[in-house]
Amino acid sequence: MPREITYREALKEALDEELAHDENVVIIGEEVAEYNGAYKVTEGLWKKWGSKRLIDAPISEAGFIGIGIGASMLGVRPVMELMFYSFAYVAFDQMMNNAAAVRYMSGGLIHCPIVVRGPANGGTNVGATHSHTPENIFANMPGLKVVSPSHPIDAKGLLKSAIRDNDPVYFMESTVLYGTKGLVPANEELEGGELLIPLGKADVKREGTDISLIAHGRAVLTCLAAAEILESQHQISAEVVDLRSIRPLDEETIMASVRKTHRAIYVEENKPFCGIGAQISSMIMEQAFDDLDAPVLRIASADAPAIYSPPLEKMQLPVPEEVVARALTLF
Amino acid sequence: MAKKSVPYSDAPINASLSSDEKIELLRTMVRIRRFEQAALKAYNENNIGGFLHLYIGQESVAVGGISLLGENDHVITAYRDHGHALAVGMGMNECMAELYGKKTGCSKGKGGSMHYFAPDKNYWGGHGIVAGQTPLGAGIAFALKYRNLTGCCLCYLGDGAINQGSYHEALNLASLWELPVVYIIENNGYSMGTSQVRSSAHPEGGLAARADAYEIAWDKFDGVSLYEIRAKVQTAIDRAHKESKPSVLEILTYRYKGHSVADANAEKYRSKEEIQRYMTEHDPIENWKATLIGEGVLTEENYKVIQREAAAEADASAEFARKSPFPDESEIFDDVYWEVDNRTASGTTGRHFFHG
Ligand SMILES: Cc1ncc(C[n+]2csc(CCOP(=O)(O)OP(=O)(O)O)c2C)c(N)n1
Ligand SMILES: [Mg+2]
Repeated sequence: MPREITYREALKEALDEELAHDENVVIIGEEVAEYNGAYKVTEGLWKKWGSKRLIDAPISEAGFIGIGIGASMLGVRPVMELMFYSFAYVAFDQMMNNAAAVRYMSGGLIHCPIVVRGPANGGTNVGATHSHTPENIFANMPGLKVVSPSHPIDAKGLLKSAIRDNDPVYFMESTVLYGTKGLVPANEELEGGELLIPLGKADVKREGTDISLIAHGRAVLTCLAAAEILESQHQISAEVVDLRSIRPLDEETIMASVRKTHRAIYVEENKPFCGIGAQISSMIMEQAFDDLDAPVLRIASADAPAIYSPPLEKMQLPVPEEVVARALTLF
Repeated sequence: MAKKSVPYSDAPINASLSSDEKIELLRTMVRIRRFEQAALKAYNENNIGGFLHLYIGQESVAVGGISLLGENDHVITAYRDHGHALAVGMGMNECMAELYGKKTGCSKGKGGSMHYFAPDKNYWGGHGIVAGQTPLGAGIAFALKYRNLTGCCLCYLGDGAINQGSYHEALNLASLWELPVVYIIENNGYSMGTSQVRSSAHPEGGLAARADAYEIAWDKFDGVSLYEIRAKVQTAIDRAHKESKPSVLEILTYRYKGHSVADANAEKYRSKEEIQRYMTEHDPIENWKATLIGEGVLTEENYKVIQREAAAEADASAEFARKSPFPDESEIFDDVYWEVDNRTASGTTGRHFFHG
């Protein structure tokens, strides 16, 4: 029987299983070990695996992320935690230049099997410095992979695959999702005995026939709620496509959905300018133009730095009502 | 480090203090503590979102240093920024309203607890990224020097911040370019749940001793006494003003509360006894109060009045914040670009925003 567990527990299971699976897997980050994780994702793992496998780092993101990248070149498989993905900007050079380009610049002699994971979301009133959503920035760089799970099952299956991947995978979670629950199969009921979801595979989270709501991360939940409203109040059947993995990207699933529904909206909590939605809508236009009955719309967060004021920050992020209202304009 | 040849109370900068000035220093520390207590209450009543990093226990460090500043002296710090804000003269109302996310807040509700600013009071924030303020502090010092102003920048940082590369790059540049910046490491022993011994490799002399590597003068001292803080920070300010040279000061202090109010482990990574010991033996307010009573400058009665007034002011600020309006939705797009806000040619040419 699948169990209902939280997104946080799903991540922890993935980490725990991968620590067992490969002795080269090491978890490094601020407060990941003795404190049990700033968001408790690594709770109990230090006690179980000890100080060689879980390492508390000082506040030195450029240094310890760089160390992770360097170690990965020599066969260690570091899983780095950023307390907030916003702090990736302190380590930006390491993540953009070294991890992304060393394979290319060495003509393929070197590769970096590293995962850098942590929450990349707004919506928690922590202000502009702590609310960055850099998935588009990192996905822009060839050599990097970007993953953003919306549900516990994806969190677990994708994290395990990310850790086994031989390229740098930047794994973006959400503090708002950590406590959300979902069904995750137990290993005994799985063929092969474990949950591995390949990178580059989107997931249709809800089938529909009239419009495709395409999203990644928490915006998938927004789309699912919008789809409910469209169905119950407007007799519109919305399909919800969860990218799960942004790069590599599952074009086939996106295009198949659009060819079926003839309408599409991309929803994300990222900023609009050159966001993921810009990429996806351009691809739909190029590949499925004749199938479209309406322009592809994009919904993103308001185009300003994250505001602190709690009621206003709510207005900055996409909500189901906005998705519904914009969807209705397409019919 | 420095020899205790004279008591710190006899240092010229302290000897010249009037009784009223001494009492004002006490009042500022008490106001900070009361403000923080009121903020904690408001947070627990769900009037404040996000993080709340309280300054309780560390009051002397901000108040002592900032009390020495003149017209061209500036201050910048990290996210634990409420104490410095009140010390530079920001009002409780605007500070509390910021925590409530209200339009009347010092940043119009846009920055929150970690991002207070008051450039009119030479206060440049309020920075959420650990050590992000340390190059900025050197930059303010650069601007002072460039503009031929005799001043300095007190750049506060935590003991955890000293391991960021940006801090070390700033130290090198401050030394190389002879910038009048005074780094003040508020060593409260912990960066979140990590004790200082688990985060920092450093010379025997302490965290500040790393400054030797950059040929920067440094000092390390206890932060319980305002006299000592004032005397030693003044030495660094003099160095900045007279020689245009940086300094690194490490001041030993302690935070009574968790890293932030959300820190569930506040009593796990340090013992209750340790916290209690600092509260009874190292309280900067109690220390200053006792000093002033000893000098005959203060009575228990006066002290009670100061406490009462500060508590009333803090409560009133919460009431002010509660009654203030939230910003209007349209204000989300103000304050992003100077040119747009000022409707200049640059700000009205081309599209600046891409929502909707
Ligand atoms: C670049 C960066 N990394 C991590 C954090 C999360 N964080 C905020 S405060 C803090 C601890 C800082 O400790 P310290 O510098 O000693 O200051 P204190 O909180 O004790 O005042 C951490 C890890 C951050 N805000 N910025
Ligand atoms: Mg500290």
